[in-house]
Amino acid sequence: MLAFLVQRISQALLVMFVISVIAFAIQDGLGDPLQQMVGMSVSQDEREAIREDMGLNDSLVVQYFRFAANAAQGDLGTSYFYGKPTLDVILEHLPATLELVIGASLIILVFSVPIGVYAAIRPQAWLSKFFMGISTVGISIPVFLTAIVLIQLFSIGVAVNPFPQDAGWGRWLNGALSTEGGLPSYGRGDELTPLFGTWNSGFFSHDGILHLILPSVSLASIMLPLFIRLIRAEMMEVLQSDYIRYARAKGLGAGRVNFLHALKNTMLPVITVGGVQIGIMVAYTILTETVFQWPGVGLMFLEAITRSDIPLIVAYLMVVGLIFVITNTLVDLLYGLVNPTVKLTGKKA
Amino acid sequence: MSLLEVKDLDVRFAVRGGDLTALRGISFTLDKGERLGLVGESGAGKSVAAFSILNLIARPGYIAGGQILFEGRDLAAMGERELRKIRGNRIAMIFQDPMMTLNPVLTIGTQMVESIKAHRRISKKAARDVALSKLNKVQIPSPEKRLDQYPHELSGGMRQRVIIAIALLMEPEIIIADEPTTALDVTIQAEIMALLLELCEQDNLALMLITHDLGVVSQVSQRMLVMYSGRIIEQGPTREIINDAQHPYTQGLISALPQMGEPGQRLFQIPGAMPSLKNVPSGCPFHPRCKFAMEQCELTMPEYVRSGNVDVACYEVSNLIAREKGMQKVEF
Amino acid sequence: MTTATISRWDRFRESFLWYSFKRDKIAIISFIVLLAMVLAAIFAPLLAPADPYDLAQINIMNSELPPAGMAGSDPAFPLGTDAQGRDMLSTILYGTRVSLLIGFGAVVLQAALGIVFGLLAGYLGGRVDSILMRIADVQLSFSTLMVAIIVGAVFKASFGNLMFGEIAIYMLIFIIGIAEWPQIARTVRASVLAEKKKEYVDAAKVMGFRTGRIMFRHILPNTLSPIFVIATVQIANAIISEAALSFLGLGMPETQPSLGSLIKSGFDYIQSGSWWITLLPGLVLVVLVLVINLLGDWLRDVMNPRLYKG
Repeated sequence: MLAFLVQRISQALLVMFVISVIAFAIQDGLGDPLQQMVGMSVSQDEREAIREDMGLNDSLVVQYFRFAANAAQGDLGTSYFYGKPTLDVILEHLPATLELVIGASLIILVFSVPIGVYAAIRPQAWLSKFFMGISTVGISIPVFLTAIVLIQLFSIGVAVNPFPQDAGWGRWLNGALSTEGGLPSYGRGDELTPLFGTWNSGFFSHDGILHLILPSVSLASIMLPLFIRLIRAEMMEVLQSDYIRYARAKGLGAGRVNFLHALKNTMLPVITVGGVQIGIMVAYTILTETVFQWPGVGLMFLEAITRSDIPLIVAYLMVVGLIFVITNTLVDLLYGLVNPTVKLTGKKA
Repeated sequence: MSLLEVKDLDVRFAVRGGDLTALRGISFTLDKGERLGLVGESGAGKSVAAFSILNLIARPGYIAGGQILFEGRDLAAMGERELRKIRGNRIAMIFQDPMMTLNPVLTIGTQMVESIKAHRRISKKAARDVALSKLNKVQIPSPEKRLDQYPHELSGGMRQRVIIAIALLMEPEIIIADEPTTALDVTIQAEIMALLLELCEQDNLALMLITHDLGVVSQVSQRMLVMYSGRIIEQGPTREIINDAQHPYTQGLISALPQMGEPGQRLFQIPGAMPSLKNVPSGCPFHPRCKFAMEQCELTMPEYVRSGNVDVACYEVSNLIAREKGMQKVEF
Repeated sequence: MTTATISRWDRFRESFLWYSFKRDKIAIISFIVLLAMVLAAIFAPLLAPADPYDLAQINIMNSELPPAGMAGSDPAFPLGTDAQGRDMLSTILYGTRVSLLIGFGAVVLQAALGIVFGLLAGYLGGRVDSILMRIADVQLSFSTLMVAIIVGAVFKASFGNLMFGEIAIYMLIFIIGIAEWPQIARTVRASVLAEKKKEYVDAAKVMGFRTGRIMFRHILPNTLSPIFVIATVQIANAIISEAALSFLGLGMPETQPSLGSLIKSGFDYIQSGSWWITLLPGLVLVVLVLVINLLGDWLRDVMNPRLYKG
């Protein structure tokens, strides 16, 4: 167990190192901090002096180490736009994104497993084919488009009148096909409950949850079909195994065979692949937050790009890199704990 | 009445373009405590026959006709719920490769206890005790430790012993063993086979042993049947068939066994190969490879004739018998 | 007596590919739709009723007209107009053209990179393999979209808005190309590793062929079939990635929009009821990606070793 942790941590550090080098390169290449900090009226000599002071004339390697050392202590520079330490800005925006991710993850978890399993056990049922059909379409719709469509349907509302309005049944059918909208599609609303630090939660008020619905569903919409397909594919393969046939030969009921014998084996590769999807999730939060103007780190990053707020961009990359590395390590750990054939020295049995 | 009676069993595979017949008109019986060997090359249908008893043939296979009478009730016509009461309880199965048969993510204990609890109301502790006693019976060292181990932590031979123990858990009447030693090391094969034989004798268990290994069949089974291309072509007491095989195919199988004769002798091979399910020849399926083939062999499948205590499906054999009878008649 | 030689067309007609294509209705429909869209995009200048980027042709009085069949529509603009009065049909045709261009271009680039790196990693092994695959792993774990966003952001900041806009098409092809090479490289590498063990490679080595020649002329042709399958799906992915980048403002500018940037600019008007400005390009985007994905699915099923299924 210890060997495993050591190995993983050293891998993580390596990746963080690479990310920090890239981040530093971006910072060094992109912005001239001087331009942002001092006005036009400052003379060339004074600029030189300030440069010297700030250590911008030192070798790249020295500058990098300074950067890395600062980063390790939590100092990732000061945002040009906000005028505050970038880490503070990020921490202020982070809870909003985390809540969005939690909301989407809940939806994915609750729906993907039952649907995926059902589609694997009864592949010929029309319900299965229906879900798989929707999944294929779902993968083809980019997340921001789903968001826009959801906004149109459930926030603005769609009134269709294909049937005659003057007849009672016509009105009813038209009403059934139309949507009223009404769900909020902008931001997080005003009723947030402070939890701790900078974390104001939307989960504890009615208005907060209403605001969470459309963005969470949008974010889940791209991952849900992925997971449904994945679970179905893995489970179908597992169901062909000898040990499943053997379990039936022992007289075990379908429930136990499917939901213990088969599912446990199915979830192993799903955990692995699922872990990789976390990376995609981060990219999609940027898109989702843009559509809903959700005040999370994704929107913050995008605005930083538009404003050329280099320190904030770099800080975001470092933090996101760290989150990746931590999550991937945790996923590996989880897999190692769940799969008995993997000894936690990091080697396969 | 026999314990198990298979009558005219027909098993087909539903594929695009029509059904393929895997088993045709299979009939045999198994008595209490009797050990029956099912012999044949790969693709002959032995495994299909074994799995069809408990209706476990993988889709798209299905039982198209015939009866499987166990203590008078037809298993082929039974629903899943009723069948489950028999599977692992009255009739147990042993598969070929124990590594693939045991679920890699569940402990041995879990997989044993669930078998018991599926058929009997019993506490987990009591079930564990039953499991331990069976593990002892199959001579596994430190059984308590094994219960908490995972399949990959045991050796191949031990895994197969566990499978045998699981088969014995509910004290079944019949054990169907599909090539139980093929996936094991040669040295372990003999051990496992001896263990199986001993257990069957001890508890008077009926055994249906599917194998391609004539050596194992001759040592373990009392009766045997030879399958070719989905049909039983010879059936009877093992000793008689091994010593004096009647059907040309069986004769070929036995001649193909390496003999401890002169070194450097060429091994005998039956020319040709077993036809695939799509290309089953008309009439007697063996006729393209048979040196005694006559016109009749191409037309219809021969009926069984009795030679000694053995039933054989072969026109050549039935002609020979008729000639003998004819000669005897003439003598009188 | 001469023996008839079978022409290439005849061989294709008898091939398994054509046979299973004919039988798969979804594949046929998808292909027809895709073909129609590609042709419409190629001939956009001829087909479009107006050139939407010719400022002289736009009249702001025509802005926000709904599509045909709804109240207030104008028959000159069958799909309605956007906020500047541009004809939606025209903008969509031109937009599809840009999206398809970038999609194909990006896939060509990532295929080239992926094949080269995959061959090198697989054939040379050792250090080269480790380094390349490490980079690929990191890129993949960040997700290609994220990588594209980061690279896009960096380029946009370096080049500035104006210049970025002018060379946007090439920028996007480049960005998506380098973001997505790992997928193809991995597949090629896996194929190469499998092929390396085969005897014809030993034979080529014994005959003294240079490494490069062995890699490209002997091994590569045998690894192509999975690449075709992936490349098809990657075209769809590239189109989506480009749409996402454009939507975020890191892609095509308004003066030369792709479907993604059309959606972006249209989004501002959805609240005022002019849903067609954003949703019609969206619909076209979805259909385009869907048919490519369906064809990719079919291709994958066809190219895989046939499993004996009922």
